Amino acid sequence: MIRDQKLWTWHLAAGMLILLLLGLHMAIMHLDSLVGIFNPAGGHAIDWENVAARSQSLFFMVTYVLMLGAALFHGLYGLRNILFELGPPSPLRQSLGWALILVGLGLFVFGTWAAWASYQNTLSV
Amino acid sequence: MSENKLPETIIFRIRRLAPRRAEKPSWGEYSVTYEPGMTVLDGLWQIKERVDSTLAWRASCRMGVCGSCGMFINGRPRLGCNTQISELGTAVVTVAPLPNFPIIRDLVPDLRPMFDHHTALSPYIIRDDVDEMERPTGEFYQSAAEMERYLQFSYCIKCACCVAACPTCATDSEYPGPMALTQAHRYNTDTRDDGFEHRQEVLANEAGPWRCHFAGECSRVCPKGVDPGKAIQLMRRELVADSFGLRHKTPVAEINVKPDGIERRPGIPAAPEPTL
Repeated sequence: MIRDQKLWTWHLAAGMLILLLLGLHMAIMHLDSLVGIFNPAGGHAIDWENVAARSQSLFFMVTYVLMLGAALFHGLYGLRNILFELGPPSPLRQSLGWALILVGLGLFVFGTWAAWASYQNTLSV
Repeated sequence: MSENKLPETIIFRIRRLAPRRAEKPSWGEYSVTYEPGMTVLDGLWQIKERVDSTLAWRASCRMGVCGSCGMFINGRPRLGCNTQISELGTAVVTVAPLPNFPIIRDLVPDLRPMFDHHTALSPYIIRDDVDEMERPTGEFYQSAAEMERYLQFSYCIKCACCVAACPTCATDSEYPGPMALTQAHRYNTDTRDDGFEHRQEVLANEAGPWRCHFAGECSRVCPKGVDPGKAIQLMRRELVADSFGLRHKTPVAEINVKPDGIERRPGIPAAPEPTL
């Protein structure tokens, strides 16, 4: 079993994905004069028409879910490492691990549902 | 303070503890007559011979080779024998046992936790051809470039200064520490070794290099110039590459058999018989 090696590898991969998606987010929000393709209504990136247009896009719905998953895994794995370094006994480590998995899964399901609902609602508008 | 400006008498502040007598740690102050060229270890010997024979520490070679006299000197892990008093530049020298270890007595740390981790990572050559290892018919070929990849890590003398300086070892007893991880990397990198998968069973789990924050203190304090921080990062890179099946596997060193039909030149004595 090579559990921590895999977890660390996914931690790095999630970090790279966050960097990529955060870069996209920053570009859309702050370079709207250059990346106008994501703001079809013109004007500012946070104008309602532009926000609605992006919400109708399958591409953005997928990136939201990817970003959510990557950020949750990256953050919760980091938190797990910090907690483990405080030296909890082995049974408590296991409980902490499972608690973080449940919290992560719960937030992921909720966030995915929100992104999907938003995508569905804007389609029906 | 240069050597010329050091006073004739140096004060040694030494942390004393005898756990079996259930004493609380205390600080003893001792005057030492300073002579140029004196090391901290020389100062301790002077105290033991002239002032207090109960003072305990661990030392052997006096020349930075055996790694026995690791101590916390003026707030930094160092070898007592390798630290000149003039190098410290202070008239008061503070000596304590290495942090991050249980204390046996005075300046003697219990290094068993470190060596338990070291042993668990199989720090020796592992190969399939056990017969060849036991009864060698030749030598394992290794180029100078291949040796260069692990050479600096093999200079480790297991003095535990790196473990004493490691912030992760201070809180996490499951973390193997810089010494054990560096030695695992040293053997993983050795082309004569074929034990990566065997060590991976330990390294890829909780007791692997994953808790290292790369504070780099281990590399800063190493008295032999070894860079454990680098070894741990290289090991992580290798393990992550392995996760994607991208680890570069160097073929295990082959055996250079002894040449046949060569006569010894006259006047050259034969090698002695093996003793083991």
